[in-house]
Amino acid sequence: MTTRELVLQEIRVVAAEQDKTLPPLTDDLPLLESGLDSLCFAILVSRLEDATGADPFSSAKASQFPRTVGELVSFYEPVDA
Amino acid sequence: MRDALTLVDLISRYGAGAREIATRDHRLALVDFASLSPFGADRDRFAGRSVVLHVKDMAMAAAALIELDGLARRILLCPPGWDAHSVARGAALIEADALAYDEASPAAALIVDVALPVRLAMAPRGGFDAPRIKTEWVLPTSGTSGPPKLAVHTLATLVGAIADAPLQEWATFYDIRRYGGLQIFLRALAGRGSLRLSSANQPIEDFLDRVGAAGVTHMSGTPTHWRKALLSGAAARIAPGYIRLSGEIADDSALRGLAEAFPAARIEHAYASTEAGVVFAVDDGRAGFPVCWLERRAPVEMRLVEGALRVKTSRRALRLLGENAPDLVDESGFVDTGDMIEVSGDRCYFVGRRGGIINVGGAKVHPEEVEAVLNSLDGVRLSRVFAKASPITGAIVAAEVVLKAPVDEPRARERELIAAARTRLPAHMTPTRIRFVADLPMTDAGKLSRHG
Repeated sequence: MTTRELVLQEIRVVAAEQDKTLPPLTDDLPLLESGLDSLCFAILVSRLEDATGADPFSSAKASQFPRTVGELVSFYEPVDA
Repeated sequence: MRDALTLVDLISRYGAGAREIATRDHRLALVDFASLSPFGADRDRFAGRSVVLHVKDMAMAAAALIELDGLARRILLCPPGWDAHSVARGAALIEADALAYDEASPAAALIVDVALPVRLAMAPRGGFDAPRIKTEWVLPTSGTSGPPKLAVHTLATLVGAIADAPLQEWATFYDIRRYGGLQIFLRALAGRGSLRLSSANQPIEDFLDRVGAAGVTHMSGTPTHWRKALLSGAAARIAPGYIRLSGEIADDSALRGLAEAFPAARIEHAYASTEAGVVFAVDDGRAGFPVCWLERRAPVEMRLVEGALRVKTSRRALRLLGENAPDLVDESGFVDTGDMIEVSGDRCYFVGRRGGIINVGGAKVHPEEVEAVLNSLDGVRLSRVFAKASPITGAIVAAEVVLKAPVDEPRARERELIAAARTRLPAHMTPTRIRFVADLPMTDAGKLSRHG
């Protein structure tokens, strides 16, 4: 599974658990309009940390936080050498 | 009961007869204490002393307590797990000048005027008996976090909740050096029967075997002790007529599990703490206690202050020891228990400790409240809920669960349990991750360990 597939899958799982309806997950969809609240994001970040071993939120500055689905995916994509 | 001055007086109320205190390895016949002492002819050297009692074996602790109460000025009842540092700190706080110990005790290094080993091969007392005095019992509190405080009791405050009763053959999972176990020790001494105690590192199945063979009628432990007994598969080996739970919140699933396993038993959950003493016991089969009890003036007065229970009771400790020890009671004479209460309908429910709250993005979660829901789900025997750090909300709720039977598809089972919990809990209280574990550790006090 690619990082993109993993992130999108976990978004769908969390949304289903929390009874949230998702719009189509396009790269330019702002996270604030995704229907997910801060608890959903907290769960998502925790699950992605379990799955990838990475927690980019804890090491990043707030100004670098992703604002769209596409930015969220690339947040978790390994940095190319 | 209030007039009873010493443990020896308690024992003699119904006579020593054939009664005993038995661990796996030792049996103490109560009748022996009429003429024998674990300190032999040296026992009077403890007269008027402030004594640190630190022994590994519970039978030794029992023998020393029977002998020292009424003789020593103070007894510090050290839990078996205390290391040299804890013992030294306790010794300083009680201004110890004497020590009762065993060879294994790190307290043996303490420098005191009188240091005597506790010998279970008891020897004659000798001719002189020192006058009986009112002994202070110093007990460490059994909180699940933080360094223990030392609470000062007397035998009168400790036995305040013990009523006259017909023959009771007692056993307890507790160590008698903890308030919950000490209550059972005192109940057994004040009653007409014997007491069976567990031994360190004894498998629970062996203890239940021994208890069953001894015909025990009354048995006590924490909800965690009892969950582990049910989990062991050996619960059928005992047939108690009375089951007592204390030391932790007894939720509906714990009460229901015991009622199913022991349909003939009266099941009671007691609320007590080392600081406040025994506050009440509930035997109507439901968790919590009736809200109308908040209106009662006796035997214990209770009130809620900012959601926490405060109690006014003559069974409380007299004071806490230590240079910076907080006051035990507020200006109205109430002990702040730190136990948080939620009122629902005609019932008050314990939801957790004031200090144990998980803050999820500003919303407060009591781990115990979530555990009660998890424990009520199909297939769950035991659970521990804790905070997991989150860069988004500060913390989120996670859990470890012991299942009644192993599971093939843990990931699917986790999803099921989370979904089931979600139907009973708001989103922020629902565990976001559940890990399945074979067992959950207990503290020395028999409470679910909340560290690590």
